Amino acid sequence: MAVSVPEDGAILEIENLTVGYRTPAGWRDAVREVSLSARRGETVGVVGESGSGKSTLALAALRYLAEGGAVRAGRVRLRGVDVATLSPAALRRLWARDVRLVPQNPLAALNPAIRVGAQLAEAISAGPPTPAARALALELLERVRLADPQRVARAYPHELSGGMQQRVLLAMALHGDPALLVLDEPTTSLDVTTEAAILDLLEDLVAAPGGRAALMISHNLGVVARVCDRVAVLYAGELVEEAPAGALFATPLHPYTFALLESLPRPGSRHDTRPLRPIPGAIPRLDALPPACVFAPRCPLAVGRCRHERPPLEMPAVNRRVRCWRWRDMMAGALQSGPSPQGVQPAPVAPEPQETLLRVMGVTKHIPLRRSVADLLAGRPAQVIRAVDGVDLVVGRGRTLGVVGESGSGKTTLARCIVGLAERSDGSIQLLDMPLAPGIEERAPELLRRIQMVFQNPQEALNPFLTVGEALRRPLMRLAGLSREEAGRRAERLLDAVKLDPGFASRFPAQLSGGERQRVAIARAFAAAPDLVLLDESVSALDVSVQAAVLNLLSDLRRRDGTAYLLITHDVGVVRYLADDVAVIYLGQVQEEGPVDAVLAPPYHPYTEALLAAIPELPPARPGPRVRLEGEVPSPAAVPSGCRFHTRCPRFLGAVCVEQEPPYQDLGTGHRIRCHIPPDELLEMQSPTPSAPGIENQEPPHGHAVSASHRR
Amino acid sequence: MARFLIRRTGFLLLTLLLTSLLIFGMTRLLPGDVARVILGREAGEAALEALREELGLNQPAPLQYLAWLADFVRGDWGESYSTRLPIREVVVERLGNSLMLAGLTLAMAVPLAVALGVLAGLREERPADQVISIGALAVVGLPEFVTGLVLIEIFAFRLRWLPANSSIAPGAGVLEALPQLVLPALTATLVLLAYIVRLTRAGVIEELRQDYVRTAALKGLAPHRVIVGHVLRNALLPTVTVIAISLGWLISGLIVVENVFNYPGLGRLLTFAIDRRDLPLLQAVAMITVLIFALANLAADLIYAALNPRIRLG
Repeated sequence: MAVSVPEDGAILEIENLTVGYRTPAGWRDAVREVSLSARRGETVGVVGESGSGKSTLALAALRYLAEGGAVRAGRVRLRGVDVATLSPAALRRLWARDVRLVPQNPLAALNPAIRVGAQLAEAISAGPPTPAARALALELLERVRLADPQRVARAYPHELSGGMQQRVLLAMALHGDPALLVLDEPTTSLDVTTEAAILDLLEDLVAAPGGRAALMISHNLGVVARVCDRVAVLYAGELVEEAPAGALFATPLHPYTFALLESLPRPGSRHDTRPLRPIPGAIPRLDALPPACVFAPRCPLAVGRCRHERPPLEMPAVNRRVRCWRWRDMMAGALQSGPSPQGVQPAPVAPEPQETLLRVMGVTKHIPLRRSVADLLAGRPAQVIRAVDGVDLVVGRGRTLGVVGESGSGKTTLARCIVGLAERSDGSIQLLDMPLAPGIEERAPELLRRIQMVFQNPQEALNPFLTVGEALRRPLMRLAGLSREEAGRRAERLLDAVKLDPGFASRFPAQLSGGERQRVAIARAFAAAPDLVLLDESVSALDVSVQAAVLNLLSDLRRRDGTAYLLITHDVGVVRYLADDVAVIYLGQVQEEGPVDAVLAPPYHPYTEALLAAIPELPPARPGPRVRLEGEVPSPAAVPSGCRFHTRCPRFLGAVCVEQEPPYQDLGTGHRIRCHIPPDELLEMQSPTPSAPGIENQEPPHGHAVSASHRR
Repeated sequence: MARFLIRRTGFLLLTLLLTSLLIFGMTRLLPGDVARVILGREAGEAALEALREELGLNQPAPLQYLAWLADFVRGDWGESYSTRLPIREVVVERLGNSLMLAGLTLAMAVPLAVALGVLAGLREERPADQVISIGALAVVGLPEFVTGLVLIEIFAFRLRWLPANSSIAPGAGVLEALPQLVLPALTATLVLLAYIVRLTRAGVIEELRQDYVRTAALKGLAPHRVIVGHVLRNALLPTVTVIAISLGWLISGLIVVENVFNYPGLGRLLTFAIDRRDLPLLQAVAMITVLIFALANLAADLIYAALNPRIRLG
């Protein structure tokens, strides 16, 4: 076994670490024989899907394992000290001074009943907050670029936005001079724009004077590529590959790394011309691990040896490690990316004039806030939350419309107005020229059948007391009027369509994985053969390989049944992959709309520009000035005057933006931008180099075709 | 906050008004002639009629109600039919006794139950937890008259440490009455104990799983500081609410306990009033009981909001 020799300046050294959890059936080793180190000034990424053991590894590095977990072999050394040998008091000193965790869910990681300033000061003094610690806390809040640290310090966690909460935790991690930061999915629960700002901050602070090592756990390859120097890929508890970030993404040597990259929607991939290639099968359970190579059952290159003999961790190059019998073949290009865009004729996308399926006209959802007695007496008008503010949209039959925007932009409320779960306060909606009543109770069953919705969280959207079969039969019987037997047969066909075994019909939601549940939710939405399916962030919580499978499934169903989608998401990659048209929405108003290629290329609306700039894409964008959004989305109860984006606009002009609501500027072929800046000026601002997107040179690949797909 | 209090006070008054109607209606509509109950079987018709006239029983029911309500609000609660004593004085004295008993019970039950609950929660599924949880369940299964009689048997008859009869003297202070308070308070404690223990245990277990506990531990804080400063602060929220609500029961609902120990509290006054068909007394005790329950609920809401910054009253 090749074990990296700790170089000088190694802060974290994980050697041959095996971490297990005790179960009634014996030990289950969630991390097995993993070696990894991080030097001063270095950020090491650990990527993997759910069940890869990445969080266990992170907590083991801190020596903070969950109940029932234990290090079964190997060791973790911090600055040369084996953490297993530390007494409880010494371990607490280590936590207080040398190692810090930036956790995934910032709201949950802060005590809800204690003011933020006091929690931060407590971390600084590692005990009851001292006055000096309180003063230092304010300084730290300023260092993580929180405006008005005094106010933040007095706030309770729930009074802050997610981005502000994460900044507070970052401040907590940075006090003193910690040697190691463990970043456990630090931006996963945040909006893309907030994520970008936090990643900027992380880059600045981790690389700050003094120099510290960081271990960043993430499922998001783009985030890792942007922030990390080196990346380790975990699969089913084993380190399968480790390499410098650039090399890993350019020339993956492990088939799993390759497959992960192939399942990620990136520029160039498209559901009809260049579909994603999901990994067949599922990650093995810890009690049923393959005997030799853990990835062999899903590996396209697996040969007999892979199933009988465990591959050693080899070093194909300096700084690279891979656990695969066939890395030499990988290096020689044994796996190729999907067909290149030139190779496949783009499918004819509705050349004939489209039939309009859904027409949304001036839809508005205003929610009046309750007035206090004092307001009533003073005659102040009731405040109104303008969740959706005059939205016009058109979805053609069999087309996909993407709706993108930050959280708080009103996308979900809009979807709920369309299905009738929320009653619009103004405007009208037509489906095939039939008017839709605001409330779902007033709509005829036939109309209900035609519009279905898949929610973000399949855990909460499926009734835990109904079997999958029952959940699928209900809409068939109620909406399509089938008999019980017929509905049962159709349910089986639906399960087949979403690639689930008929045996799933008798299972309960609790017995399914997240990806399986989301497929059931999709099957249920398709049960009554709808014309339109609303997908509200329906793939965003899934692992990339599962997400790829679900995206392809959606694409297949669309091709087969001619179903139209309204795809609500913050993930521009998914929109680019699946959508024909896009609407960018900000504070309840559409800012830009048009065909996906037109909207996602310059000239952009400045808001679209900022959203796109915030996405950590693969390969990482060249360093340079990036457009960033300042501050938070304003409250929809106090929508700014004039152009509602003017308070955060990176291309702010002046008084005209504050005073006048910009008109739509028509750029032809349905592409419209709501901005005061003329399109040609926008185009000029937004294309600093004449090179078109798609030809961006990178370090030469190691002589094979794999990297072709990873370039823009 | 002010708005919340105003609204809640309004609701409280409305509740009391409705209760008064209900109580009045029920007591008046019950079969049986009050005058005959008071004067006995042998009383002559003339005497009965005179008494009915005196008590206003001949007037139409709405008028009777209004007259009674007006008197009640003014503080004139009338005389007891059976003892001929002014009701207000009796009720106030019994209320004082009940408060003493409730206070001692809380002083015994809360620290004990919270300590046991926290211990059980911190040692989830381990022997200490199992002993505490099963013990608490076993106790809660026993009715008060059983635990009360067992306690009397042990502490009064066998050990002779405490009196079996808790009929304290009128006007006795806490210290004076203390020996007689211990056994009834202990009985009531055993009833409350299991409930508070299980709630506290559940709260601690739930909060220990939260991410903020990990944040606190990774600050390098001493374990007791993590537990006291972070976990308990959130884990005890439901416990505090339940304690405040149980105050109502402790003050005016200890009917069985007070009867077992012959303790002169509101609970026994209520059974007395029912026994004797003493309507004015019954009405007064019922009104006080409702008031106490309503105030206990209000206190629970206020305390919860004060301890939980996520709750905004308004």
